Amino acid sequence: MSQTAPSSATAPPYEARRAWRATEESLVGGVAAGLAHHLGVPVMWVRIAFLCATPVGGLGVVLYGALWMFLPARRPDEEEAPGLAAATRQGKRAGRQRRFADQGPLVAMAAVVVGVLALLSVVTGQVFVVWPLILAGGGLAVLWWQADEAQRERWRDTSSRVGPFGGIFGSGGWSGWVRLVVGVALLVGAIMLFTLRGASLSAARDVGMAALLGVVGLGLIVGPWLVRLSADLTQERAERIRSQERADVAAHLHDSVLQTLALIQRSADDPATVARLARAQERDLRSWLYDSAATDTGTFAAALREVAAEVEDGFGVPVEVVCVGDLPAGAPVRPLVLAAREAMVNAAKHAGVDKVDAYAEVSGSDVEVFVRDRGVGFDPAAIGADRHGVRDSIVDRMRRHGGEAVVRSTPGEGTEVRLRLPRPADVAEESS
Amino acid sequence: MTRHTVVIVDDHAMFRAGVRAELGEAVAVVGEAADVDAAVAAVVEHQPEVVLLDVHLPGGGGAEVMRRTTGKAGGTRFLALSVSDAAEDVIGTIRAGARGYVTKTITGPELVVAIDRVASGDAVFSPRLAGFVLDAFAGTIEVAQVDEDLDRLTEREREVMRLIARGYSYKEVASELFISIKTVETHMSSVLRKLQLSSRHELTRWASDRRLL
Repeated sequence: MSQTAPSSATAPPYEARRAWRATEESLVGGVAAGLAHHLGVPVMWVRIAFLCATPVGGLGVVLYGALWMFLPARRPDEEEAPGLAAATRQGKRAGRQRRFADQGPLVAMAAVVVGVLALLSVVTGQVFVVWPLILAGGGLAVLWWQADEAQRERWRDTSSRVGPFGGIFGSGGWSGWVRLVVGVALLVGAIMLFTLRGASLSAARDVGMAALLGVVGLGLIVGPWLVRLSADLTQERAERIRSQERADVAAHLHDSVLQTLALIQRSADDPATVARLARAQERDLRSWLYDSAATDTGTFAAALREVAAEVEDGFGVPVEVVCVGDLPAGAPVRPLVLAAREAMVNAAKHAGVDKVDAYAEVSGSDVEVFVRDRGVGFDPAAIGADRHGVRDSIVDRMRRHGGEAVVRSTPGEGTEVRLRLPRPADVAEESS
Repeated sequence: MTRHTVVIVDDHAMFRAGVRAELGEAVAVVGEAADVDAAVAAVVEHQPEVVLLDVHLPGGGGAEVMRRTTGKAGGTRFLALSVSDAAEDVIGTIRAGARGYVTKTITGPELVVAIDRVASGDAVFSPRLAGFVLDAFAGTIEVAQVDEDLDRLTEREREVMRLIARGYSYKEVASELFISIKTVETHMSSVLRKLQLSSRHELTRWASDRRLL
């Protein structure tokens, strides 16, 4: 990200693919969904695999639990554009659809798990081993789930302080506490149930009390350490966010908005210039705020947007660019981009319109660009031999590079230039 | 033609005033709202034909307004109007139930046409939205196999989308493909339906993975 992309096709440094938990589409902990993404298989297969492995001495559950502990949760929207991130923070965008809104699959899944375990207990006759395990597993799942929630909350809300207990409980109010209490209760219950197997009720109660005391004691021991840790975390985070974001925003505002405002003031008596400046500034700010892909440089789509922006600035006519698909940096499509630029210039200069549409599509076999206006149009057959624009810059250029250009125009209805180039063999297909 | 009733929802008062002025007498603006709660109240109270809905809105965004008015405003249709061109927002809003998506740079007359179209139950696709749709449904089948398949566009629908993305109006699309405007509208509605109903896993993933195209 930080390094500028060289124009030649150098292989990007190898980066190991890492698995993560997809907490955004989780049923329980997002382990299966994350694995499915990592392995490239349907998530249902992974879920079924976990289920099938469960009767084998609880392998599935153990595996799931272990992965839950060790796989990092994927941080969502790491590369969100600043404007979108701000809108998200201010609650102006719809939150992600939580899978939990639909409880059906979870309930079905739980029913299956319980059913399998019950069957197991009936077959082996060891009722008392199985139920404590279920209880303990459920308790752990609830506890970890809460940790996930708290983590997600921290991601979402970058402004507030992380309190001493915020790291664990989040500020989610009662639901966080309920989850915590239920989790601990399930665990303690499991231990009690396990001891109840051979001994009396009072013994079980004693063991339960001991377990509870253990939890409390652990909390007291670890507590101060947690407080210090969270204080450090808060400070570090606040500092990082403040310095980074302020620097970013300041730099960008200075580079763009301030300069434009100064220019606008200077040319206040020239409406055309003011409009052009405002339009250019708007385009720039918009792409900075909302277009996460705008940071890509050198790709085919970026190059096309760049020439469109040039034309826009040069002739004061907005050029609307829509790209479907893209080619990585270094693809030999420069002739196509230049021909498209020429077509845009023609449209802006001669058509007498207030808007030009450009559409680019990269398909499996071709790269196509369409430049269209609804302007005065002309008769293509009547282009004079002295008109170099269309013939040299567009038609001949495309032909020289193995492509073709078709100019369709009807006087009074507008012009459309279609450019087509065979898709170049992919350069560095894996570059992302 | 009777004037359509419209509610404008946007958190910038200046923008609301601007839209109101641009629309002029072409439609009847019956209400305005600046956040989700006010928008829900206004929609339920006025039962407008069309709601111009900002995507980014305090209180959970435009999608939240559509969710909370479900079933309470039967005849109301939503047209999303936004400054954000982010693919997630565009697709998300359409999937939440909007009948179309236009950016705030749209001109007054174009907006009136779009409102008209949405009010009569058709879909409104800006070139940019058409581009997103083609992107999201990329790599589809060569020949149209089954119309019922929600995860794919038929060849005809792709053609229509491509022309829209190239800046063609509905009328121009119709004459280009030698079909009636009505048929174009049918194709558009069908694409909209697929966009809203498709359970296609890639569709939800697509937006965030766009950088890996």
